[in-house]
Amino acid sequence: MPVATASQTIGPYWHLIEHPEMADLTRFGAEGERIEVTGRITDGEGLPVADAAVEIWQASPAADARFPGHGRAATDPDGRFRFVTLKPGPVPGPGNQTQAPHLSVVLLARGLLTALRTRVYFAGEPLNETDPLLSAIEDSAERATLIARPAGPGAWTLDIRLQGEGETVFLEV
Amino acid sequence: MSDPLPFRPFPAGTQPPLDHAAYGSTQHRHPKRALRRLPHTVTETTGPAFAPEHFPPILDLTKTGRGEPLGERIIVAGRVTDEDGRPVPHSMIEVWQANAAGRYAHPRDQHDAPADPNFQGEGRVFTDAEGRYSFVTIKPGAYPWRNHHNAWRPVHIHFSLFGTGFAQRLVTQMYFPGDPLLALDPIYHAVSDAAARERLVSRFDLDLTRPEWALGYRFDIVLRGRGATPFEEGEHH
Repeated sequence: MPVATASQTIGPYWHLIEHPEMADLTRFGAEGERIEVTGRITDGEGLPVADAAVEIWQASPAADARFPGHGRAATDPDGRFRFVTLKPGPVPGPGNQTQAPHLSVVLLARGLLTALRTRVYFAGEPLNETDPLLSAIEDSAERATLIARPAGPGAWTLDIRLQGEGETVFLEV
Repeated sequence: MSDPLPFRPFPAGTQPPLDHAAYGSTQHRHPKRALRRLPHTVTETTGPAFAPEHFPPILDLTKTGRGEPLGERIIVAGRVTDEDGRPVPHSMIEVWQANAAGRYAHPRDQHDAPADPNFQGEGRVFTDAEGRYSFVTIKPGAYPWRNHHNAWRPVHIHFSLFGTGFAQRLVTQMYFPGDPLLALDPIYHAVSDAAARERLVSRFDLDLTRPEWALGYRFDIVLRGRGATPFEEGEHH
């Protein structure tokens, strides 16, 4: 039986396929609650990760011709990224559980031989308490690395730490 | 509602680790904590579908400038399937690469090699109903990097695939047969399973080669299969 092709790093020059408009998931005219999601990525030395590709995918609201559900952003020299999208809603989880609204995140960069995967949840969502992933993380500081904080009207922010103190919870998907 | 069919875990050694000392850039960028296992949900089993109307194909990387780029014209083609041999149809593949002299059309690439104003190095193709794809480009050049003394990357083309579920998202590199730099490359050798590593090397294909025009290289890509098998302990990481 064939085995899945191995991953290799996206490298420092992936910007040849970068199209900044991909960071705006509302660009095709999607209607709904528009939000901005920003963050800053740092490495184990606290230095900005300035050459990363950040991708999001959200199963909710369902992707259609006007809402791609997927976005990609490049980090800037300070390691910052920014998406404009629609606020996700809850989606089914394992068994009869419900998952709190979240974005699936893939990080690709020089120095990452395979994609790093994490999620962005939203502070204050009642479903966060019973979300299967969040509620399985016993350490509240670790759990907090997955939960974006409000940063103004319709704006959310969550920093990502690849390594060391405050390290983001990364997922084996 | 029944749970969506998850993707199978990767067989041990067939994917590179995040912590790989021979590749210096992993040192401060790999998480120290073990990854947290996430049973696949609808978030992981579904994924984006890209429309050619929004992402126009770039099937010939030699035709995006005013003139012909310098270098050896080649045809790259292959098939995208999953681990069960099912084709991955109508799926977007992004490719990018250095020019024939080994330099990227990228402001941060300062390698002392000529830029080629007729070569941007970006391609985009969609698989057909059988998962087949094909594009035309020039063979990229090898280039030095600063990972260790006298380090050179083997000739490669970057590939980005999305598959049908976000858990299948794959970014990889296609190499060329017979490249002496492969034996020395820590990125290539990060894949410990020799067979999995060698599948990253394209094959010269005389049937794909067009007489009097361009050599053909075949690169087939396999994405994770869907299966009911649960995650097994100690599979990877």
